[in-house]
Parts: sequence; C-alpha cells; structure tokens
Amino acid sequence: MTETIWKMIGSGVIETLQMTVVSTVLAYLAGLPLGVLLVVTGKGHILQNRVVNAILGTVMNIVRSVPFLILLVVLVPFTRLVTGSSIGTTATIVPLTVGTIPIVARMVESSLKEVPPGIIEAAESMGASPASVIFRFIIPEAMPSLLLGGAINLATVLGYSAMAGCIGGGGLGAIALNYGWYRYQTDVLLVTVIILVLIVQIFQEAGTILAAKKRHS
Amino acid sequence: MYTSQSALFQLRNVSKIFRSKDLEVRAVDDISLDIFQGEIFGIIGMSGAGKSTLVRTLNRLEDVTSGQVIFDGQVLGDLSGKELRLVRRSMAMIFQGFNLLTQKTVLANVMLPMKIAHVPRDEQKERALQMLKVVGLESKASAWPAQLSGGQRQRVAIARALAMNPKVLLCDEATSALDPKITEEILSLLRDINKKMNLTIVIITHEMSVVERICDRVAIISEGRLAEIGSVKEIFTSPKTEAAKHLILPAEKELNQFDITDRRCIRIVFDGREASEPLIANLVEATGEKVNILCANTKSVGGVGFGQMIVELPKENEAVERVLKYIREKGVNFHEVHLEEVKGV
Repeated sequence: MTETIWKMIGSGVIETLQMTVVSTVLAYLAGLPLGVLLVVTGKGHILQNRVVNAILGTVMNIVRSVPFLILLVVLVPFTRLVTGSSIGTTATIVPLTVGTIPIVARMVESSLKEVPPGIIEAAESMGASPASVIFRFIIPEAMPSLLLGGAINLATVLGYSAMAGCIGGGGLGAIALNYGWYRYQTDVLLVTVIILVLIVQIFQEAGTILAAKKRHS
Repeated sequence: MYTSQSALFQLRNVSKIFRSKDLEVRAVDDISLDIFQGEIFGIIGMSGAGKSTLVRTLNRLEDVTSGQVIFDGQVLGDLSGKELRLVRRSMAMIFQGFNLLTQKTVLANVMLPMKIAHVPRDEQKERALQMLKVVGLESKASAWPAQLSGGQRQRVAIARALAMNPKVLLCDEATSALDPKITEEILSLLRDINKKMNLTIVIITHEMSVVERICDRVAIISEGRLAEIGSVKEIFTSPKTEAAKHLILPAEKELNQFDITDRRCIRIVFDGREASEPLIANLVEATGEKVNILCANTKSVGGVGFGQMIVELPKENEAVERVLKYIREKGVNFHEVHLEEVKGV
C-alpha cells in the first residue's frame, strides 16, 4: 500500500468519526425527547395520550423499517436542501441523522421502561410534576441503561456511515468500496475493515465501562 | 396517641370500580370513615380486599369512581393537577418495595422531595441529614441504596417521607417485605415518630400483629367494603363480623386435627388484669369439670397484654352450663367458636 493510500485512510478515519459522532449527537437531540414522549404518553403513564403515542409509534416504525440505503436515496432532495449538496461527509450526516432518530427513540423508550413503576408512583406521591418525574426520577434511574444504548447506537451509525460510500459519501466505507472492492485492492479492504472493527470495539467498551461505573445496583 | 378528635381524612361513600372489557371489579365499595389527627390508623384486610386501592384514594394516586375524599378540609377530587401536587407534599407515602432511586445516594434520595418543592439547596442537605438522624442512618448518607439491608432501605424511605414535614404518613404494606425482627424495629420507629412529631399515620397491612402492635384504631376491609371500624382493643376483644373474626382468630390450622364437630368450643379473651389469675385452674377446681385447651397465645395490644385461648367444653350440656356460668361470673370475655370459622382462616 502506498503512502497516498495510508494518508487517505487517515482522513477517512476522521471523516467516519465526524459523521458518526455528529449524526449520533444530532439524532439524540431529537430521539431522546421523542423516546421520552413515547414512554410518558403510553397507557397508564403520567401523560397518557393515545393519539400522540399511536402517531409517534407508527412514524418511528415506518422510518425504521426503510432500509438505510433506500433512505439515503430517498432523502437526496432533502439533503440537498439542507446542506446544498448530496455528496460528501457533511451531506451524509443528514440521512444518517434522520435514519438514526427512530432507532434512538426506541432505544431510549426501552431503557426508560426498565424503571420500576414504583419509582414513578413514589415520585407522584411526593407531588412531583410530570417534568420532575421525567428529569429527576425516570432519566437518572435509567442512566446506566441509556449510556449502554448510546454505545450500541454509535456502533450502528458507524455501520450506516460506511454505506454512505455507495452514493458518494466519504469516510472509511467509501475507501473500502472504491479501492478495496471496485479496484480489487484486498489489502485496503482488509485494513479499513480492521479499523472499523476497532472503532466499534472502542465505542462499545467505552459505553460498557461508563455504564458500569454509573450503575449502583 | 390521638388527643383531639378533628378528622384529617374524611371519606364519604368512596367507591372505586375498575372496568375492563367485560369485567367490573368493585375494589372499594361505598366506604365512609374518618381518620383523626395524630392517630395511628390501621387498615387491614386479606390480599385483594381493596385496602391498597383504598390508601391510594387518600392521596389520589387513584381517582375515586364516586364519593369524596376530604383531606384537611379539601375535597381531593375537586383539586386541579397543580393544587393536588401541592397537597401531596403534605402527605408522604412509603411502600412495600421501598421505591428508592438506586442511582442516587441515600442523601440524594432524602433530598428529592425538597428538590421537587424547590427548597433552597443548603436547607435540603441540612434537613435531609437531620431526617437521617431521626431514622438512625446518618452514617449512611453517602451510601447507595443497593448497599443497604431491607430494613435500612425502609428507614431511608421514612426519612425521605418525613423530609417535607408532612401532615400524614401513608404506609402501604411497609413492613410486609421485612422479617419479624426488622418489622418490630420499623414499627417502633413509626410509633416514636407519631409521638414526637404528632404525625398521623395510616398503615395498610394484612398482618394483624402489625395492627395490634401500634395502631390506635383499625378498619377491617373485606371484599371492598368496610366490615368493622373501632379501637383496636374493642375489635380485638369482641370482633362482631366474620371478616374481623377471621383476621383476629389465630390461624390454628391444627384445630382441624381435632374432631371437635360434636363438642362445643369457646374462645376466651383476657386482658392483662385477668391474665394474672389462673382462670382455668380455678375453673376446674370450682366446678369440677374438665376443659381441654386446644390452643392459646398472648399478644400485646396497645401496650396491654392480651391472652386468648380456645377451649373445648365438656360433652354434657349441664356441665357446659356450669363452666360457662363460672366464666361469666368472672367477667371474662368469651364467645362460642364454630369449626367452620376456624377452618375458614
């Protein structure tokens, strides 16, 4: 492998990390409140609302069931509208974020549902407002599980970001595809795959350690 | 003990009906009762009797289907969400499962109710430490709930409940998950708090021993209805309803071993005064009739020792009359026990 290719892989790593981290953070900004909403509007919960819950659940399921590669293509006009381009690292962040929001929302929902109903009952008996119940009871109690979910989501987004290589996105995925696959440079393919595996490992380990450190039960 | 008779809670024809598709459950059925300021009030019943639903209507964790719950002069059903939250700050609750936040320290748990009420932070900490001292756990302030035993966790829950200086403490099976020794400790702590702070306490339980140990008055709930209400002593010595008798009679399943279908049995209840006299020995001596003691036990009810005994009477009717006459003359409380009554326990 030439020096140029190594340099390219180096910037690919940075692009991949950019795409992954920025998209995940953006997806959490939207997905966390949506996940909370999914839980608290559920049956018998503090802000029970059947209509909101049903609509939200359905939209999340629809977006989640569209294969990411298709979503990439479908969202091209929208991406162009937001970033002015439909190719490159920045452009990839748009579909990555949109595709990840429902995954984050469902992950958050399942973490928050682990909080025993007794905790919520105790909160209500203390005279906690719905906002207090959410921010002072449910979220702190679900924190270890939320962190673990965060690590899983990062790894998922990383996998998605590699797919973006197909339609002109940047990052390691694009390098693996263009050099490793189309130009039969097996060594490039191998190296990029190994790096991707390593990054996922690091994310997952960091999440697990952080969650374990936070968990007191 | 309660001195004034002003009612903190007034329940007026409270009913709670749970409806599902084709099933209707009357969990609470037309219950009216008063809970007085400063007393320890017990609500006892078998599991499924509706007592947990009833206690949840007291702080409106459960809305009533009909009737009114009046707390401190306010009809809870009329309050808006915000008003209700303010009222709830003056009514604390502890639970069978403790319901502490596992991801917060003991101190942070006790500070929570004050945090919700926007009490200044310094004051939160100071008062939380003070409450931990009341329950004897000031040394555990920085521990995590998972590091504590069940009894300690319930103490933390009590400290948390007391933090906002409530008017009433609702205890929902608060000792049911604890062993007898720890139960005893928690109950005496509650007794102390009741006396020192003149705090009204409502205790939901299925264990008669809890009621006997600390309650002033008790309501017996059976199938959602109020079966009997009165002072613990009253109900213990002369239970009128079947539901009350079921709870108070010792669960002598062994009685089934005896063939007493053809014999008459009586349940004798003595209080501390009468227990000092050897009633049975004197009875045998005075009447010359032999009675058979099937079971006996003693309990402390409101600080007075009570003994109860189930005695099998002689076969002959004349002899039975002589025995009953003697006991009556001695002024000892007794009533006839029917086998079904015992078997039903």
